[in-house]
Amino acid sequence: MSVALAEGNLLDVVDYRGGFRGPDGEVTEVLAGVSFGLRRSTLTAVVGETGSGKSLTALSVLGVQPRGFVRTGGRMLFDGEDLFAGGPRSFERVRGNRISLVFQDARAALNPVFTVGHQLIDVCRAHRRLGRKEAEQVVLDMLERVRIPDPLRRMRQYPHEFSGGMAQRVMLAMALVSEPELLVLDEPTTGLDVTIQADIMDLLVELISSSGLTACLITHDLGVVAQTCQDVVVMRSGTVREIATCEELFTAPRDEYTRDLLAASRLVEAR
Amino acid sequence: MSALFGRSRSVLSRLVGALVVVLGVVTLTFFLARVVSPDPTNLYVSPQADQATRDQVRAMMGLDKPVLEQYVTYLGQLVRGDLGTSFSTGQPVRDDLLSRLPATLELATYSLIIGTLVGVVVGIVGAVRRGGILDHTGRFVTVAGLALPQFFVGLMLLWIFFVVLGIAPGPVGRLPVGLVDPPQTTGFVVIDALLSGQWAVAGAALQQLALPLITLAFAIFAPIARTVRTAMLEALDADYVRTATAMGLPQRTIHYRYALKNVLLPVLTMLAGVIGFAFSGAVLVEGVFAWPGIGQYALDAIQQSDFAAIQGFVLYAAVLYVVVYLLLDLLYARVDPRVRL
Ligand SMILES: Nc1ncnc2c1ncn2[C@@H]1O[C@H](COP(=O)(O)OP(=O)(O)O)[C@@H](O)[C@H]1O
Ligand SMILES: [Mg+2]
Repeated sequence: MSVALAEGNLLDVVDYRGGFRGPDGEVTEVLAGVSFGLRRSTLTAVVGETGSGKSLTALSVLGVQPRGFVRTGGRMLFDGEDLFAGGPRSFERVRGNRISLVFQDARAALNPVFTVGHQLIDVCRAHRRLGRKEAEQVVLDMLERVRIPDPLRRMRQYPHEFSGGMAQRVMLAMALVSEPELLVLDEPTTGLDVTIQADIMDLLVELISSSGLTACLITHDLGVVAQTCQDVVVMRSGTVREIATCEELFTAPRDEYTRDLLAASRLVEAR
Repeated sequence: MSALFGRSRSVLSRLVGALVVVLGVVTLTFFLARVVSPDPTNLYVSPQADQATRDQVRAMMGLDKPVLEQYVTYLGQLVRGDLGTSFSTGQPVRDDLLSRLPATLELATYSLIIGTLVGVVVGIVGAVRRGGILDHTGRFVTVAGLALPQFFVGLMLLWIFFVVLGIAPGPVGRLPVGLVDPPQTTGFVVIDALLSGQWAVAGAALQQLALPLITLAFAIFAPIARTVRTAMLEALDADYVRTATAMGLPQRTIHYRYALKNVLLPVLTMLAGVIGFAFSGAVLVEGVFAWPGIGQYALDAIQQSDFAAIQGFVLYAAVLYVVVYLLLDLLYARVDPRVRL
């Protein structure tokens, strides 16, 4: 399918292809031409079954694909500039600075042998010219914004001392502390308790809408999509099957796979 | 051995465990030495001696009593800090060990510093430049260090640098024949010579040190380099490195702080083993170079069925390993916040 490059999108993924090199040297394509755009200050959901290429696409936005992944084509236009055209440097310029990524398993994504405060301050100071004390204050404020109780004590703790939900808040703080323009969230609540999932989603939506961020939320949860997102991208087997506004998607899905997806979720029963 | 102690028990129970290990090793050595070694009296009486003379010598050596009684006597001595008397030197084993300790410490300390530094650097460079020419070279040398026996490396070095090229001195110990030891302050000949201003002696001592040092450092370098490389590769592939990259931290910070601190854990464990090995006198290296250290002493003791000396050496080595691994556990808990003592 084709997508028009809408003027003024913050990110446009254009016909992005790639795969993994097998033992025979052949590249098995797992992303077979992914194209979608993220409108500025909009929350876009990317949905699709496991293995459809959502995470790979998200990681590619920052150039942190797993070892062995080979890009075979496509462009990644961030604010009009093709990140692939500029070589590794252009990714380094945007990483954590203009684009931040929140990973799925936050506890595993944090470094086990440094305190949470240490890691947050490192990220903060990598992007903002701040002294140690100032950075500490910025981090402290950020931890308060993601509603971590007793942040001063928490900063001195190690990742293993955090619950999954608390660790995800730390990840969020880390992603936001550099004041990025684009926030990519890869299944940020998967694996958490249901009540905690809801808390984190509420927090996310509030942070995103209050700061005018552009965000891309990868999720399984169509309920969350219906409540929070403006645009939806439906992916399957490394391709985009449908792009629609949230309202269109839930009222008049065009793609057959989208209809299956909706039918499989509990949302349809409620309808 | 860390697993033996477990990481969660208290320091006290570790100490008790350590004591049990040492006692076990001592006991095992005591009986094993008497089972497998040839009768030492044969080494100290002439083959023509009659039975009466033999019995007399046996009695003098304390070997006429039942083995269990000998064992109890030995333990009694140990409690009083007495390691017994060497058959062959006629000296208290404790004095023998103490007089040989400086030679071992000097060789081991330099070798450990050099072997560890080079091993860490080669391991890190190999991992960071995975698959590159430096990595391949490093791995080749590492495999050689792991596969080649130390005495073989030592003999090859001697052959090349002493026999063929003639630029290294022969294997005659810490100083060439005819040179007098400098006054002892640290026990390290090179340093003592420098302290007393004897430049020529210091130079000669360094030359004597070169080949055994390279041999031992090579044996230490190889396992360290392999451990560092493996651990660093794992760290570079870890989720937290991906996070740090995605968050835009500089590569320097990611490699040399975020990854390296995680690498420290397996390296500490490997280092503990290597330290035990080097400080217990790297028997084969000392043997090849006639290095008058603890390892050489042990080698002589075994050849001469010198029971007290063998037991003294093993006791020293056991205590050494136990102490090193106890320190390792403490250090480990400092580096890894997930470990609590
Ligand atoms: N490291 C990897 N090596 C080989 N194949 C991988 C790797 N990571 C992902 N894949 C494959 O790429 C496809 C897309 O994966 P992913 O982007 O993680 O899917 P999603 O996030 O949508 O569940 C999957 O079929 C998966 O098998
Ligand atoms: Mg995924």
